[in-house]
Amino acid sequence: MTRADPHGEVIVDRLSLADEIVGGGEEAATADAAEYALWLGDDALVLAQCLGWWISRGPELEEDMALANIALDLLGHARSLLSHAGTADGRTEDDLAYWRDEREFRCAQLAELPNGDYAHTLVRQLAFAVFQVELYDRLQESSDATLAAIAAKAAKEVAYHREHSTEWFRRLALGTDDSRRRLLTALEHVWPYVGDLFRDEPLLDRLEGVAVRPSTLRAPFDQAMGALAAETGIELPDPDLARGGGRHGIHTEHLGLLLAELQVLARAHPGATW
Amino acid sequence: MAQSPTAQVPTTEIDDDPDGRARFDELIAADSRIEPRDWMPAAYRKNLVRQISQHAHSEIIGMQPEANWISRAPSLKRKAILMAKVQDEAGHGLYLYSAAQTLGTPRDEMFQALVDGRARYSSIFNYPTLGWADMGAIGWLVDGAAICNQVPLCRASYGPYARAMVRICKEESFHQRQGFEILLELMHGTPAQRAMAQDAVDRWYAPSLMMFGPPDEESVNSQQSMAWNIKRFSNDDLRQRFVDMLVPQAEALGVTLPDPDLRFDEATGHWAYGELDWHEFQEVLGGRGPCNTQRLAHRRAAFEDGAWVREAAAAYARKQADAAEQAA
Repeated sequence: MTRADPHGEVIVDRLSLADEIVGGGEEAATADAAEYALWLGDDALVLAQCLGWWISRGPELEEDMALANIALDLLGHARSLLSHAGTADGRTEDDLAYWRDEREFRCAQLAELPNGDYAHTLVRQLAFAVFQVELYDRLQESSDATLAAIAAKAAKEVAYHREHSTEWFRRLALGTDDSRRRLLTALEHVWPYVGDLFRDEPLLDRLEGVAVRPSTLRAPFDQAMGALAAETGIELPDPDLARGGGRHGIHTEHLGLLLAELQVLARAHPGATW
Repeated sequence: MAQSPTAQVPTTEIDDDPDGRARFDELIAADSRIEPRDWMPAAYRKNLVRQISQHAHSEIIGMQPEANWISRAPSLKRKAILMAKVQDEAGHGLYLYSAAQTLGTPRDEMFQALVDGRARYSSIFNYPTLGWADMGAIGWLVDGAAICNQVPLCRASYGPYARAMVRICKEESFHQRQGFEILLELMHGTPAQRAMAQDAVDRWYAPSLMMFGPPDEESVNSQQSMAWNIKRFSNDDLRQRFVDMLVPQAEALGVTLPDPDLRFDEATGHWAYGELDWHEFQEVLGGRGPCNTQRLAHRRAAFEDGAWVREAAAAYARKQADAAEQAA
């Protein structure tokens, strides 16, 4: 495949998993593994779509670049994961991104929460980054070779995302009275959706050795967040307040609008290539 | 012409330092590089700050028309490429602000001038992006014109500017190819896609030709800039080079360039083009283009909405530094 210098991370040609991911991409996903890949792929896609909004709107140029970087990484993960999911029934990454309706999306509700002010975006991103660091660390051992290879690549990138978000959490928590107040407000709005990331679903019983059981990521997540909260003197709100349901296709009111924008052009031209 | 983005350029040098001037003239005559610590005439410094900061502002404002389509890019591949491109523009802005800072003007001051509407940026970004094909037309035409303008700047006499331009030009040529490829894909697509591509070319062609600035006889800053080896070719020469480059590319794409007077001139060996609407150019330059108000309001909103974040980061850095000092 063509790699576009100077954009080392951008895949220019239609994604070829076998080329992109070392050690995976040969075997089609099972229906269950595909469903699981959609969970993770949709999280990444919807987050990338949200973060893309910040490009040209960041609080400083360096943040425009950093958020674009994170969005690009996540979009790369989404493309790999959706492509893998599509191998189960012959669909492409674009079939899955552009031609599924809201109820067919499997992202956690946390991913689709509005950007709000920078503090809201940051809190959402921090929760995901800490979750994804633990997730991809473990998923590298998946018996699905493609999932393992995607995880190996993603693990390095989400480690940077966590570092970025953690550093900004400190700045907002300990910077000014205003930034701390805004951070607390954002936590109040966003944190209730965090618990949903860790719920085991019946699907996991059929994916022993393939998927990472979300509940097992709860302890390391709580430990990392607990340490950061203690260090900054922030009290984290109840993470299990929201009802959740994204993995079953039950979403917040925000996802429909987000997808309407994401899909509008592609859907206006069925069958077209771009 | 353009007002300097910065009212007071800190000119520490004495403008009649005979040794400094002799050395400066020698470097210019030898076509060598002037570096930040060299003596330079106040007017040279001021001219550079004007040009480099305008260029930086153009990169930053230029993010908006393309960022407008990130959320709606019609495939994930196109979304990734577009995001990376707009990110590059932020990076170009950063290199250029850094180059301007070596002349003694802080970035905040340049930024403030931009959001206050006291600084100029390239007028092309005051046109709207009305369809997906505009991403192709901007890459092909706007970035193409930018490359013609900027490649000679890689040899500009001021070192930090020339070096920034080398990096920028490499990335711009990638952007231009991507733009061309977007249009090519559309021209091979459905009738609706082909119409979309032609419509975008119709709207972006003339404004991109005007990016080279007014005709030579009306260009206020050109002569001095050429004497100082900042500018290497005249506006009209660069424009001609650009048109000559576009004609065969348009043919390869299968799009029509919207100029009934375009014809090959055997005598000159160049493509002659029709009169451009310089009244339109002056209108947009004067703030009366389709998006001037919107672009500035967008930039100002981002700057103001982000103030509390920047203040938090600065306060946190101060507290960290104080704590480190106490610990020492």
